[in-house]
Amino acid sequence: MKYWTLTEEDIDRIAIGCGILGTGGGGSTYHGSLRAKALLREGRRIRMVRPGDMAPDARILGIGGIGAPTVGIEKIAEGGEGVRLLKAVEQHLGRKVDALLGDEVGGGNGIAPMLTAAMADLPVVDADGMGRAFPEVQMTSFFIHGQEVKPAALADADGNVLIVTEATSPKMLEKLLRAGTIAMGCTALMTTAPMTGDFVRRFGIPHTTSQAWTLGNAVLEARAAKADPVEAILNTSGGIRLLRGKVTDIGRRVMAGFTRGRLTVAGLDADQGRVLTVDIQNEYLIAREDETPLTMVPDLICIVDSETGRAIGTEELRYGLRIDILSVPAPVLLRSEIALASVGPRAFGYDFDFVPTGISADAPAVPHYQEAG
Amino acid sequence: MLRIGVDVGGTNTDAALLRGTEVLATVKSSTTADVTSGVGAAIRAVLEAAGEQAAAVDGVMIGTTHFLNAAVEGRHLEKVGTLRLCGAATRSLPPMIDWPERLRAIVDGGAALVGGGVNYDGSEIAPLDAGAIRAACRGWRDRGVGSVAICSVFALVDPRMENEAAAIVAEEMPDAAISLSHRVGRTGLLPRENATILNASLHRLGRETVDAFRAAFAALGLRCPLYLTQNDGTLMTADFAERYPVFTMASGPTNSMRGAAFLTGLTDAAVIDIGGTTTDVGMLVGGFPRTRSEGATIGGVLTNFRVPDVYSFGLGGGSIVRPGDGLAIGPDSVGFRLPEKALCFGGDTLTATDIAVAAGLVDLGDRGRLAQVSPELARAALAQMKASIETVLDRMKPSADPIPAILVGGGSVLVEGLLEGTSASLKPDHFGSANAIGAAIAQVSGEVDSVVSLEGTSREKALEGVVAEARARAVEAGADEASITLAEVEETPLAYLPGNAIRIAAKVIGELRA
Repeated sequence: MKYWTLTEEDIDRIAIGCGILGTGGGGSTYHGSLRAKALLREGRRIRMVRPGDMAPDARILGIGGIGAPTVGIEKIAEGGEGVRLLKAVEQHLGRKVDALLGDEVGGGNGIAPMLTAAMADLPVVDADGMGRAFPEVQMTSFFIHGQEVKPAALADADGNVLIVTEATSPKMLEKLLRAGTIAMGCTALMTTAPMTGDFVRRFGIPHTTSQAWTLGNAVLEARAAKADPVEAILNTSGGIRLLRGKVTDIGRRVMAGFTRGRLTVAGLDADQGRVLTVDIQNEYLIAREDETPLTMVPDLICIVDSETGRAIGTEELRYGLRIDILSVPAPVLLRSEIALASVGPRAFGYDFDFVPTGISADAPAVPHYQEAG
Repeated sequence: MLRIGVDVGGTNTDAALLRGTEVLATVKSSTTADVTSGVGAAIRAVLEAAGEQAAAVDGVMIGTTHFLNAAVEGRHLEKVGTLRLCGAATRSLPPMIDWPERLRAIVDGGAALVGGGVNYDGSEIAPLDAGAIRAACRGWRDRGVGSVAICSVFALVDPRMENEAAAIVAEEMPDAAISLSHRVGRTGLLPRENATILNASLHRLGRETVDAFRAAFAALGLRCPLYLTQNDGTLMTADFAERYPVFTMASGPTNSMRGAAFLTGLTDAAVIDIGGTTTDVGMLVGGFPRTRSEGATIGGVLTNFRVPDVYSFGLGGGSIVRPGDGLAIGPDSVGFRLPEKALCFGGDTLTATDIAVAAGLVDLGDRGRLAQVSPELARAALAQMKASIETVLDRMKPSADPIPAILVGGGSVLVEGLLEGTSASLKPDHFGSANAIGAAIAQVSGEVDSVVSLEGTSREKALEGVVAEARARAVEAGADEASITLAEVEETPLAYLPGNAIRIAAKVIGELRA
């Protein structure tokens, strides 16, 4: 088996990339990176494994955080939540789990499975269910392609564990998990039903941790060489720049737990005279010019600081910020008809069909994978 | 009321003497290594300049970067025992995990994570573990740790456990200085805890510095109260400053901006503070600096202090000018060596000040030495400096609408005429001492930021409670109770939380008690 064993430097790169793939949401990677690096310093290891290398009947568990970010920054994880989740699920299944993965690579959840993996010494599959960030649990390529709803589970810092043994739909599962999270003080670690190696190979978005690393590495190398980090992101993501400009208006409000709004950006330099708007629902959803959509969900709209290439989250937007709006093609799996019903524009309340921007191509794995780990 | 404002910068110590709203005199002198003797000299000079007696002064307000420098340089800091009240929660990220190794080695006196803390709705995570607290105290006492930082999960929802823990620590370690997180920071455990630990580590320096100021004042014949200015541009009494030195960290830019507001009478404007090496651009909103949404990093340590949202870049009177095809101005500067380095003073370096002198914007040194500065070069350099300020100004403005801009600081002579995107570009009298004037006119505030559950109470009642706590803090800091007004209330519904929890931040401001 070939593994990629992560270093502290890798964590920094992956965190930057997860930020970019967060498409404005997904939460901060700060706590996760600190914890991952502390675990490595303790002598634990985080090993990545490619989805294609997993045994077809291997059992893989998706892990990620759920809850209110405002609570998560105060009532920080205890550290053993993931191990308790793992134990509960293994006991329920009557068999061991072979590997972990993240359902959502964008933002802090791109790092979450690595923490449990280090504690339990399990490998993490270099794949996820979104290739970006989405606001709801069931918006993954796994659920879209029939992942079981059961068993799903939650664990909190205090030692509570909740297993959902049945739910009538993925949407209902999301509701049950939200209710459980509230009872747990609004922050918890969650797992969805175990998947087989074969299922993850077919329906996982491949090599998204590799993709995050490649993006982060490009940004850091460009900064070190005093080159343009945004160009570096474009060169490594297969994306295009929709506009370089400055924020001229931002309307935003919290509604029913979700942040909604619209961003207006006026072009600068070569884009002088152009104006783009971007719709926000926790993430950046639709970029338009003269009311004509240029890029729409599930294609990625990534907004980065023009100078540093740092990802700009929806909550950081304000007048005058110099930003580049990038359009990155969604992973192949998210553009199918069946996927678009769950993550296309209509799933977010728009009455138009998805029009792709750019050509989808799955990210390659980084060349760091080696025999024996 | 006769007041003296003093701003201690890295290079200069500025002092201003005001009677009411009238500026009687301003002086500039050199900052000294011990800070207090420089402050004493500046006070003596400004009294002399105005012909006033020390005994007649009603208050001295000092803005100093002394504590900030101590934290950045890791000097004069003491070891801190950290008590986190958290139960099982938060243990994945122990105290000081995100500190730079060097500073951590200096400050870390050992941490204890013990039973305690509450959830966002005020329910208990775990009961307070008095036994564990006493055991930790004995360990610190044995190792000679004299300062303790106490931080409870969601202390801003319910601070009672921090107070109870402080009482236990005081029993075990009667001489210890105790810093409580709910008095220091905002929601966000790690940055609040960091700020509390920083405060605790500065405690001894705070006491020594304030004592030294008191001694210096007695020697000068001053018989008035002493105040220090804090990050938000308001004052704290010397007694309070001894306990919370960390609040002085970012007072420098704030004092300049408050001074600019006072000198022009404007409450909403851009302030451009041009010094010898850097230019700081910030925004006044309602007479106070707009603060940054993210917390300040001090000496490499992430805190959640609200500090002015200031954009700094390398342009000042000492900026080195390199003529040629790619005309470059700064970001390097001759800094405090301007009087020997600049061409107009007989030096060998072409500086931004030389450009201003050659263009006739200011009369300094010997203009005859500037033959090499052609009118074309001067024009181009001035235009470039102005354009660089305009770009930053546009980045900082709240909207595209033109707003007035106030130019302060000694380097303001570099800018002439109306800046793009502004409705007016003002250079008030005393522009070089706006920082000291800002300190002299400072008011007193009280601030609370809390997550409150509306279970069993109304929104109005919750708001009242938060405001009452802010008022109590303002009075404690030296405010005249009758003059207190509500300056800011911010209510935030929390994303992904059930509908009964909101975050309320309130700030009140009052005049200094006579």
